[in-house]
Amino acid sequence: MAKAKSSRARANAETMATKQRDISVSEFFAKNRHLLGFDNPRKALLTTVKEAVDNALDACEEASILPDIEVKIEEVTPPPSVSKPGRYRVTITDNGPGIVRKQVENIFGRLLYGSKFHRLKMSRGQQGIGISAAGMYGLMTTGKPMVITTRPHKNKPAHHLELAMDTTKNKPEVTVDEETQDFPEGTGTRVSIEMEAKFFRGKGSVETYLEQTAISNPHCSITFIPPDKANENPDLAESEQNLTADEQGIVRTQEFSDRIVYPRTVDELPPETEEIKPHPYGVELGTFLTKLKQTNEKQLTGFFKNEFCRVPPSIVSAVTKEASTKSKSFSGGTWVSSLDSHDAEKIYKALQESKLRAPPTDCLSPIGVKTMLAGLLKGVKAEFYTASTRKPSVYRGNPFQIEAAIAFGGDLPGDQQARVIRYANRVPLLYQQSACSAYKSVVETSWKNYGMQQPRGGAPVGPLVVMIHMASVWVPFTSESKEAIADYDEIRKEMQLALQECGRKLGQYIRRRQRMKRDAQKRDVFERYIGEISKCCNHLTGADTQKIYDALLEQAKARTEIADAQLDDEGNFVKDDHGRLAKADDVIILDSTTADDATPDGDATISETKPVTKKKRVTKKTSKKKRTTKKTSKKTATGLFN
Amino acid sequence: MAKKTTKKVVKKKVVKKPTTKKTTPTSKTTKKKTSKKSTTSARTKSHSRAERDKNTSAKLSNLAEGIVNSVFAGREPEMDVPVRAASNTNWNAKKGILEMGDSVGTRQLFNLGQARKFMQTLLHSKSVDELLDADKTLSLRGMFYKSLHTIEGTKEKTFDDQTESDGILEDLEVSLGSLREELHIFAKKRGTMVGNITVVDNGDEINCRKMGSGGYAIPSICEPDIIQFKNVDAKFILHVEKDTVWQRFNEDRFWEKHNCILTEGSGQPTRGVRRMLHRLNKEFKLPVYCLLDCDPWGHYIYSVIKQGSISLAFESSRLAIPDAKFMGIRSLDYDRCDLSDDVKIGLNDRDITRAKQIASYPWFEKNKQWQKEIKKMLSNGFKMEVESLITKDISYVTEEYVPARLKAKDWLG
Repeated sequence: MAKAKSSRARANAETMATKQRDISVSEFFAKNRHLLGFDNPRKALLTTVKEAVDNALDACEEASILPDIEVKIEEVTPPPSVSKPGRYRVTITDNGPGIVRKQVENIFGRLLYGSKFHRLKMSRGQQGIGISAAGMYGLMTTGKPMVITTRPHKNKPAHHLELAMDTTKNKPEVTVDEETQDFPEGTGTRVSIEMEAKFFRGKGSVETYLEQTAISNPHCSITFIPPDKANENPDLAESEQNLTADEQGIVRTQEFSDRIVYPRTVDELPPETEEIKPHPYGVELGTFLTKLKQTNEKQLTGFFKNEFCRVPPSIVSAVTKEASTKSKSFSGGTWVSSLDSHDAEKIYKALQESKLRAPPTDCLSPIGVKTMLAGLLKGVKAEFYTASTRKPSVYRGNPFQIEAAIAFGGDLPGDQQARVIRYANRVPLLYQQSACSAYKSVVETSWKNYGMQQPRGGAPVGPLVVMIHMASVWVPFTSESKEAIADYDEIRKEMQLALQECGRKLGQYIRRRQRMKRDAQKRDVFERYIGEISKCCNHLTGADTQKIYDALLEQAKARTEIADAQLDDEGNFVKDDHGRLAKADDVIILDSTTADDATPDGDATISETKPVTKKKRVTKKTSKKKRTTKKTSKKTATGLFN
Repeated sequence: MAKKTTKKVVKKKVVKKPTTKKTTPTSKTTKKKTSKKSTTSARTKSHSRAERDKNTSAKLSNLAEGIVNSVFAGREPEMDVPVRAASNTNWNAKKGILEMGDSVGTRQLFNLGQARKFMQTLLHSKSVDELLDADKTLSLRGMFYKSLHTIEGTKEKTFDDQTESDGILEDLEVSLGSLREELHIFAKKRGTMVGNITVVDNGDEINCRKMGSGGYAIPSICEPDIIQFKNVDAKFILHVEKDTVWQRFNEDRFWEKHNCILTEGSGQPTRGVRRMLHRLNKEFKLPVYCLLDCDPWGHYIYSVIKQGSISLAFESSRLAIPDAKFMGIRSLDYDRCDLSDDVKIGLNDRDITRAKQIASYPWFEKNKQWQKEIKKMLSNGFKMEVESLITKDISYVTEEYVPARLKAKDWLG
């Protein structure tokens, strides 16, 4: 129809061909940055910090270093107006193994470059897009290159580089390359990116992300210097000096004038995870064909043995027999090169229908009950904590493991919906909560059974924090920005079971708490009337008022102590150090009252109605904690469990 | 106060021994050992008030001593209180009265539901003891105030209202086996009397023939040591439900014409009124006729007059009048007296439930007349007040209705 208007010849195949050319990956992402989590200035800061911290943690753990991470956000130019973004400089410093000089450009300057994409292994990052995309975003919005300082060898000077990126070529450009001594002792890496962004606090912020990371990674110590504090005292070395335990002997997250410190409360690194080969159930036909093409193996038996897991020669012979037809038969000895795509499809189908063992699960590294408890204890002020780790399970041939933990009571707000914090491979998921199967499983769990209120189709209401962690070699995210876990039946079921395990313990606790409350009331009632009774008895019999009062008080005490004892015998309710701890490894209960165990003194008159003094109930864990704090006070962050 | 300690402390719990007039069961089997002292003191019925007070005082200190002893012995304090409930009320068909059963409840301090009552019982014990010491009497309301204060160090009051206090006093009566008057407590006066009789009240002679329009107010304590009778000319007693009807009869000088005593109980008669009727019935063989409303409440008033109430079952033998008669008004009176539709008051659900409950009481269950009467009322579907007879004529009830019933000896027993 355009022809009618213009006689000029439209583009033909020749002219079009001149315009057709490669699109570099970095160019693509520069235009589609929302796919990577840079959709708006608010999210830019978070995504940058998230990618850098994830990388730092992964690197530290691989090198068996207890991570010390500092995140600093400085305001370069304040936002001109509320709606406009300001300019910030984000600096992340770790004490990891450092990066050798020749790899620096590749790691920070190229998209889709890294060690994690080609293997099936449980790690935080997966695709190797993250940090270079952050640098690209910074470059695009401010024109400033990324600044990297890294020291891979302890006793040698650090490398100082400034990297810009050529988006058209997916190639880095090094603008500054020098050696420097200006770096903290030991190995480590520091990345600094200047970008347009918006700094804020609260839901979905950098602070929330770090807080949740600290909960799932109690073995790492994180120092956060937000822009409003950055100019106060930006000295990392001093920052960890004065961490103190609170009155219950727990080292918690602490806010200083110039920084927020998320202390290390566990001194053990999570175990190194194993890389596994793909399980046939999780491999699609196309991948299968590619593998056939690329393999170095000559025969089918060898191919299956080296490229997949759980396909022993016995299965290979069964599968090939199944795939054989009259015209063409296969066996373990069949040459890989002799197969055409039709044959391969037949074998693939037979393989999918055969009964295979589930993939190995030792490749997973769950956080663990104790570590989850330690993390929650530090990050959430509650009175009851419990956690549960499910056995590994499998979805689509990928092994995975679900863990859940609950914190209840204490300072948590009682009139709001429970806070659900979600993790995939220890990385907090901050957005798209309602699309995530972890959140759905919380909603679908019937919390009313455990003494909580729950509106229809919603999360429970009450002073509750629910933590769900999925560990897997491949976490099925709903999108590339890795914000929500996809909905697989196997995954959802495991999540619910884990939540139910925690819920049952919570229910026990809530019911016991109610019983204790009743008991305390009882004590109150008795003690209130004892004075009156002894006066009456004195009037009627002449017996000494004080003596009667004391005797009755004694009885009232004995009576309630019996009640306490019964409480203890009934379950894994921890009262003091010696006792039932071994049985209640997955529960921590802190007493909300800090009243001392006072006994009535001798000169107490009967007119004084003594308030009931609750016994302080501190678990062994916390008292042990106190000791470790003293012992290792030189070392700043102390472990909760040694 | 120390004088109480002179009493021999016997290692025993609450002493609970029935007075001669009462049929109280013996205490719980677990506590068989009875204090000798209290046994003798209870048995010796003393007519002198001083001695009676001494007995009561001894019972009170025994109660407290039982508690103190068990406290010092390391046992948890408790006291026995006979159960005052329908479950512990037995119908004695032979005597035609309700009697209290044997169940005794223990009231414990270290029991959440009983702790407050335990304290209140002791508070009242103390107050009663003080009354005995001062030789004065108090009303039920007075007792409520006597023992009322805020518990030190709290905002809780010892009693919330008088009802709570009254219940505790009744408990104290049964657990001590002492009558209310022996505790120096009296109730509010209620009920009026007029007729051919002279009453000696605390030494003052009162001629009930000359009481004007107001009548003689029946005191709450009608024991022989306070009230005596003289010149009993009357041949029967007519008891009416309420003051308004009584006024009608008094104005018409019914008692003069028919030579009787006319009483009124302002609804459910108090212990004083019932004691008065009982004594006149027992001592002078005067039959008692009741003129009450035709509704479940009227029926129950009759039931209480006749065989005693559930909560005061322990006093039935002193209060009940097994041969009292129910004269009316009857459910058949609507037809018999040819009353107009206007007097009908519809039965509500509560009335129906109550009527069925009354019909199933053992003392009504086997009484065919009463079963018929209640059935008739239920099938009528309405109740009637005595005043409904006024629609016929102002003095229909005094000039025709009652004389006709008396003449025909038409009543329910």
